[in-house]
Amino acid sequence: MSAPDALSVDNVSISFGGVKAVDHVSLSAEQGAVTAIIGPNGAGKTTLFNILSGLYQPTAGTVRLFGEDVTGMRPDRLAALGLSRTFQNLQVFFQMSAAENVMVGNHLRESHNPWRHLLPLPSMIARERAAKAAALTELKHVGLADVADEAADSLPYGSLKRLEIARALAAGPRVLLLDEPAAGCNRVETESLSELIRRLAQEGLTVVLVEHDMAMVMSLSDRVLVLDRGSVIADGPPKAVRDDPAVRAAYLGADA
Amino acid sequence: MRALRSPFLAPLVLALAAVAVYALADSNFVLRVASLVFIFGLAAIGLNILVGDAGQVSLGHAGFLGIGAYAVAVLPPQTGLHPLLAGIVGVGVAGVLALAVGRPVLRLKGHALAVATLGLGILIFMALTNEAWLTGGPDGMRVERLTLFGERIRGATNWYVITAVALVIGALIAASLKASPTGRALRALHDSEIAALTAGVDVARYKTIAFVISAVYAASAGVLLALFEGFVTPDVAGFLTSIELVTMVVLGGMGSIVGAVVGAAIITALPQVLTVFQEYEHMMLGLVMMAAMIGLRRGIVPSLLLLLTLPGRRGRDKR
Repeated sequence: MSAPDALSVDNVSISFGGVKAVDHVSLSAEQGAVTAIIGPNGAGKTTLFNILSGLYQPTAGTVRLFGEDVTGMRPDRLAALGLSRTFQNLQVFFQMSAAENVMVGNHLRESHNPWRHLLPLPSMIARERAAKAAALTELKHVGLADVADEAADSLPYGSLKRLEIARALAAGPRVLLLDEPAAGCNRVETESLSELIRRLAQEGLTVVLVEHDMAMVMSLSDRVLVLDRGSVIADGPPKAVRDDPAVRAAYLGADA
Repeated sequence: MRALRSPFLAPLVLALAAVAVYALADSNFVLRVASLVFIFGLAAIGLNILVGDAGQVSLGHAGFLGIGAYAVAVLPPQTGLHPLLAGIVGVGVAGVLALAVGRPVLRLKGHALAVATLGLGILIFMALTNEAWLTGGPDGMRVERLTLFGERIRGATNWYVITAVALVIGALIAASLKASPTGRALRALHDSEIAALTAGVDVARYKTIAFVISAVYAASAGVLLALFEGFVTPDVAGFLTSIELVTMVVLGGMGSIVGAVVGAAIITALPQVLTVFQEYEHMMLGLVMMAAMIGLRRGIVPSLLLLLTLPGRRGRDKR
């Protein structure tokens, strides 16, 4: 093991009013691997994502991104280091068009100096045009190119889930956290989503996803982590996890 | 609606409107009222960046108007500074104050933010009222006439041109910001701070940027107001003026540059028109405002544009 893991979580815990929502969770994701986190509702999956993306401060433990300690770092700083995410409960910019949503994802690659935005100089207009073209490419990847100029609040739920993925990808992340990406998608959409994730992983993107669609998890993941009441009850390749008696008892049910 | 995103459209519309008003104006009185509309329109355009784009309320922006106005009233007689330089100093002071106050205050949200900015406005108003040795106290003070190239600037036409040019420049800068990554970041944090943060937008910094820009606009308007009126009183920084500024933004249309000026026109000029109702004047103004908000709830300009461009969508209009 020469290169550090893309994402490594060591004994992370967080409590809310005495309740341990995440309790000594560890996980490591190699670069280019797809890691799935599964578990019953309330197991702490989204809470863990909120810690990883900097929205929550863990009460204990460390989070490392490519070996660098990023525990408790602000979300925008983490994004600059290459960590992007989507949300289970949509966090879409509803007043913007689909393309503009994705262009916000491109924020980190744009000038952050508002002095340069005070006059509509040709250079700024040209950069905006290029940003729009880049956004269209990202939208094409998730099959939303034809609604680029539609207002986000007119798009159906499944499209908005994919719009969030396009926005996250526009930042050019090295690690992508997807919170229930297939929720609200039909079979065909789920399949094309799996295809997209597989391709991104092959290109070297590290993907961690929370997902309830077991078929998708089993076919897509290199590694599955099972959470129950805040703790890891299983961690390994999909097949081994599926056959784990503790997992079957806690989550999948005897006939899964 | 796509054509409306062009950063040149709003300043162009305002420039044409200014030319049209000039052509139609039949008296100096009309030009003077229009100049006031342009001055308050400038302040409203700036406040709209904070309120309409970034979604952060301020009930104290008249304070910044007051800083600009009193800079040109106080500094020239005290220090011998040219009024224009005094104005630049005033705008700079307002910007630095907004920068210093912005970060802690804009951590607040909703009602808490409203009260905190209200407090800021009251502080400035009290300072201007109480430091009577410098500001003339509640009675206000005279402002030296502006001289440029040895000529005193006077006359309704000159001031009309100056304020119209200032308004159009203000609109051009605001429209450019709106069409830039900065404007997009502001609208993003308005919709979802969490999503903006995780997309890499430094939310606290961008809120402060919007606050500073809007303060600079307000102070610039204050400079023009003091030079135009030739007299200032602390009321320019008062609570009522702050409320009027927010009303201009909301009435004209949140996020709309032309809307901010339409709002300023209604609040500034409509009372002059409504004098025909004599003692019912303020009642009529209140009724017009209520009717406009109930009928055109996105604000006058955005609602009318929506009606014109998307007649079938009106029933689905959620906000």
